[in-house]
Parts: sequence; structure tokens; C-alpha cells
Amino acid sequence: MQSYDYTLWIPVIPLAMFLFLGILGHKLKPSLAGILGTAGLGIVTLLSYLTAIHYFWGRESAETMQTLIPYNFTWLAFSETLVISMGILLDPISAMMLVVISTVSLMVHIYSLGYMKGEPGFQRFYAFLSLFTFSMLGLVLATNIFQMYIFWELVGLSSFLLIGFYYQKPSAVAAAKKAFIVTRFADFGFLIGILIISYYTGTFDFGILTNPETSPIASITGISFMGISVVSWAMFLIFIGGAGKSAMMPFHIWLPDAMEGPTPVSALIHAATMVVAGVYLVARLFVVYHLFAVDVQTLIAWIGGITSLVAAIIAITQIDIKRVLAFSTLSQIGYMMMSLGVSGYGGEEGVGYMASMFHLFTHAMFKALLFLGAGSVIHAVHSNNMTDMGGLRKFMPITRITFLIACLTIAGMPFLSGFYSKDEILAATFEHNMPLFVIGFFVAGLTAFYMFRLYFNIFWGEDREYHHTPHESPLIMTIPLMILAFASISSGYLPFGKFITADKLPLSLHINPYIAGSSVFIGLVGIALAWVLYKHKSDLPDRLAARAGRFYTAALNKFYFDELYLFVTKKILFNLVSRPIAWFDRNVIDASMDGLAWITNYASDRIKGIQSGQLQMYAASFIGGAIGLLLIVLYLLAE
Amino acid sequence: MFFIGVAGFIIRRNLITILMSIELMLNAVNINFLAINRYLYPDQLHGHFFAIFVVAIAAAEASLVIALVIHIYRKFRTIDVDQVADMRF
Repeated sequence: MQSYDYTLWIPVIPLAMFLFLGILGHKLKPSLAGILGTAGLGIVTLLSYLTAIHYFWGRESAETMQTLIPYNFTWLAFSETLVISMGILLDPISAMMLVVISTVSLMVHIYSLGYMKGEPGFQRFYAFLSLFTFSMLGLVLATNIFQMYIFWELVGLSSFLLIGFYYQKPSAVAAAKKAFIVTRFADFGFLIGILIISYYTGTFDFGILTNPETSPIASITGISFMGISVVSWAMFLIFIGGAGKSAMMPFHIWLPDAMEGPTPVSALIHAATMVVAGVYLVARLFVVYHLFAVDVQTLIAWIGGITSLVAAIIAITQIDIKRVLAFSTLSQIGYMMMSLGVSGYGGEEGVGYMASMFHLFTHAMFKALLFLGAGSVIHAVHSNNMTDMGGLRKFMPITRITFLIACLTIAGMPFLSGFYSKDEILAATFEHNMPLFVIGFFVAGLTAFYMFRLYFNIFWGEDREYHHTPHESPLIMTIPLMILAFASISSGYLPFGKFITADKLPLSLHINPYIAGSSVFIGLVGIALAWVLYKHKSDLPDRLAARAGRFYTAALNKFYFDELYLFVTKKILFNLVSRPIAWFDRNVIDASMDGLAWITNYASDRIKGIQSGQLQMYAASFIGGAIGLLLIVLYLLAE
Repeated sequence: MFFIGVAGFIIRRNLITILMSIELMLNAVNINFLAINRYLYPDQLHGHFFAIFVVAIAAAEASLVIALVIHIYRKFRTIDVDQVADMRF
């Protein structure tokens, strides 16, 4: 049995790097800080790969994947059984996530050496990147749900710090605040869900809760509250936490605004890691969802499907390239949730689970590539908008090729990784939920369309006059692009079915030629449409937009979700709830305190006349008091 | 006689008159002690002893008060009690 003791270093190194760079970073030269941060992460990546290889290929049993817990120590014990432990859990999905997180984080670190060069606060950036990596690693390695919650909040904090990195820009600060508040609001649901589950089962531990035969949740399925089983309530609330973090509707509002952060941050957080935390949570608790709260599982599938559809529609209209990618992320995560939602548990039924995790892996690679490529373009052109770009293929060949590879991958073209993972998702929904399959199919076409709209607008379209000729990015920025492109191509060939399934038994995959063929077809349709509209300068897109009229403007404005939320909070909550409470606080509670003070003042004003300085007044009181005492004594004696 | 002294102490404004009222009170108390000694405890002399104490203390205290009155006069140029009421809030 291999020893996995070295896994302790995987979360510890980024933490140490954060503390070191955070406290002493500003004394170091920026390049040194960057190199240290990257080196730390390089070690973490090596260790993660080592862990994954040992776990997947080095195990003895040929059948079931084991759940290994190298470390687990009790941190806070509420009672004998209800303890919060801190530990490391190795399990197919956590090993996979280790690879994803460390790879993408390493690519972002290397890329930022070039992209963030010369920015003030360079060392702070690397410190925050390390903190984020530490939090995310802790989240996926959590052995119990409370540890996961703690790291969940830490991830939220790190993302706040990173989104608001340009803290002197008001829009960045507002975006960071929005992200933190929306996810915090959702985490409130998460916490209540945790508390409900732990109250009834008496444990936080994942191993105990998710054991299909002996889970204590089986004994509480009978308890119901307001007509719905308590387990469903708890799982629904926990899903709300996941929906907030993964930006599912209606919590998606923070993700487009979060593009205010530097582009490497968008790549790390919003492509590859933080937004998949919600998917990871549902996958981790999948046994509970499937065996005890199937109604919530179906809800998850629908929310995923609807999010992916609405986000794809909005993405068609956006001009800012990072916003297009943000909505694309929303859409793809919708796919992942949808796939988890329709999945069954054992054998063939569990395709959805496997497909979701597979898509998580491939999506991380190609989405990070897309964001870093977009960063490369932004770096060259100094603008985020498609309208300022065009004809860049002549100036930035490497960026163009890698971006093209990523676009083809996300569109699901054969032999690239996106094809395999998306195909499995469509197969899963085809088996289990036909309406969702139709939605997924349509979204695949939309995805191809808006991605190629993006590609053609940046690299083809009309050739513009640039004030200074854009140049290809330096090697330090293009090497991560090439590595990620390679990963996008090759990760489709990883034997996911053998390793990552819901019941931990290997699953053999076969591709249904009809589904595969039709998804490739709709992808090609999308690409062709984008070719016709955008490859060369034409006014066809504007005419189409005018024809679509109100629907187009609604999509352009992201379907007015932000305005709706602002309306609800400002007009309804503020006026009906906050204002009366504020009035009460100021006029009743503060007034009573003021009243007490006033009474004291008044009383003392009256009493101070006693100290008059007049001798005879004092003497009179003296005599009066003496006579009074005398009378009292006489009265008492007389009894 | 004691209460005549008290009344004088409270009512009169002149510091010397107040001093005289104090002496009146002390003497009244002396008489009280001797009388009670004579009529209630004829075989004991405690009252007499206490009366002598009182006389001695009265003498010392009178000299002290005169010294204070002289200082007050030097500062305030008056010996009216109402005028020297400076130690107020």
C-alpha cells in the first residue's frame, strides 16, 4: 500500500507561500516574488500528479476505487460523534480535481509573470493566487462537510481579494463586493443545510454520510417538514450554496461583473476552479442526492439546463470578449449540473456523473486557454471590446492557433476533448430526460455559434488601424497557451470511465454514433452561421439584430436580472424593511438611551443646589438630621 | 438654651455672633450634663469630668475660630456668612 504522506504538502505549500509573500513580499523584487510563487506551485503540481498517478494506476484492487484518508485529525468536537475534523480525502474526484486545480493554477502563475509585469502590487497578486490555490485544494480534499464549508468561505474570500485586485477602480470594488455578497447569501443556505443534516444524523463526515448502504440519512427520510422531506430540504439548501458559487440562475449575476479582475484571475477562478466548486459539491454528495432526494436532483438538472440556455442566448449578443467567455462558462457549468442531475447511480446509469466530471476536466483546460488567450489579445490591443479588434490573425499567430483549437474544442469537434465530454453529457440526457436533451442540443449549436463569432471578430473580420501594431505576446505568456492547447486536445483520451464513476466501479464507454453525429452537425451549423456573418465585414449581423428587436435588446442587457434585483432590494427591501427598522433604531432605542441621559442630567441639575457653600444651610441640615435620627431611635426604643 | 444657640447659629449673619451662639450651645450642654449628674446619678462624678473636658475644648475651639475669622476677613473684607459662600458647585 503506497504511503500518501506527501499529500500533506499539497495544501500546505500554497499556504506557506501566501503567508510568506503576503507578509514579506513587498520587500522582494517583483520578479523574485513571482518566481517563488510559481516554483511553489510547480512543486504542488508535481505532487498532485504523483498522487493522481499513484491513486489511479498504482492501486492494488482492480475493481473498486478506494477512498483513502491519509490524514484526519479532530479539530473541534461538539460531542462524541459530531466532530469537525481537518483531513485529506483521496477519492477519484478529489484526485482528479487536484490535477485540474494545480495544472490551471500553474499555467496562470507562469502566464501572470508576463501579463502582470509592471503592475503595482505584483507580489500581492501572487500572494492572493497562492491563497486561492490553498483554499481550493483544501476544499476538494475535505473529509467532512464542515471542513469543506470552511474552505468554501475561504475560496469566496480569495476570489473577493482577486476580483477587487485593482482596488482603486470603483467598478472592480463593486464587482468584488457583489461576488462576495451573492455567494455569501447562497452560503447561508449551505450552512443551514449542513446544520439540518448534522442535527439529524449526528455527523459531518463524508465517508459516513455518503456510504450507500449504511448512510445514517436512510433513517431520517421519514421526517418531513411542511410536506417535504427534511432530507430534501437540507439537500436543496446545500444545492443553493453550490448554485451561488457556480453561478447558476438566479445567482449568476456576479460572474459577468467579476470580469473586472485581471484576466489571469478570470482564467483561474471563473474558468477552472471556483465555479466548479458547486458541481464538485453535488458530485461529492451525489449518493445522498440520488438515493434520498431525487426530487432535488431533478431540480438541479433543470436549473443547470435553463442556466445553460439563457447564458448561451446572452452570450450571442455581448461585445466585451471576457463577458462572452463568462457567459460561456455559465453555460458549460449548466451542462455539468444538468448531467449530474440526470445521472443514475450504478453501471450504465451512472454515465451522467462520469460525463459531468469529464466535462469539468476538459472544460477547465479549454476555458483557461480561452481566457488566457483573450488576455493575450487584450494585452496587445489594450481593449476588451470586439469592436476594437479585427484581423489580428496576421499579428498574433500563436494566440490565434491556440484560440482556434479551444474554440473547436468547445464546439465539440471530433478528436478534441470537448467532443468526448460533451457527447457523453448529451448521451446521458438522451437516456434520461428528453426535454433537457433538446435544450442541451440547442445550446451546443449556440455555443459553437457564439464562440466562432468571437473568434472571427477578433482574428478575421475587418482589418483595423491600430495606433501601435499589436505584437505577439512574449514566450512566457504563450507557453501556457500551448500547454493548455495540448491538454485540450489530449485530455479527451483519458480513460475517465475506468476511473471516475458514481459507484466507483469502472464503466466502459461507447459512443452512440447518432448522438455524436448530430452534435457535431449542430456544431458545424453554428460555425457556418458565424462564418457567414462574421468572417468578413458585413452588416448582416446588425440587420438580424434589428429584426430581433426587443428580444435582442433584452439579451444584450442580460435579461435585466441585475435591474430586477436592484429593484427588489432598493424599492422593496430597503423601503419596506430597512427604513422602518432604521427608524425604530434611531427614534425608539436611541431615544430611550438619550432619555435616560436627559433624566440624569435634569436630576443632577436640581440636586446641585444642595452644595451651596452657605455655612448655615449645612448647619441646618446637620441639626435636622440629628433630630431626625433621635426621633427614630426614640420611636424604636418605645416599641 | 441649646436650641436658642442653634437658632442663633442658623439665623444670624455675623460670624462673631455665630461664634457666640456656638459658645452658648456648649455652655447649655455643660449645664445639662451637671444637672443630669446631680439628679440621676448622685454618687458618681462622670458628668463633672465631662463638663471640664467640654470647657477645655470650647476654649481651644474658640481660639481656632477667631483665627479663621481673621483670615476670612483678610480675604473677603467682610464677615457676613452669606458673602463668603464661595465653595459652591
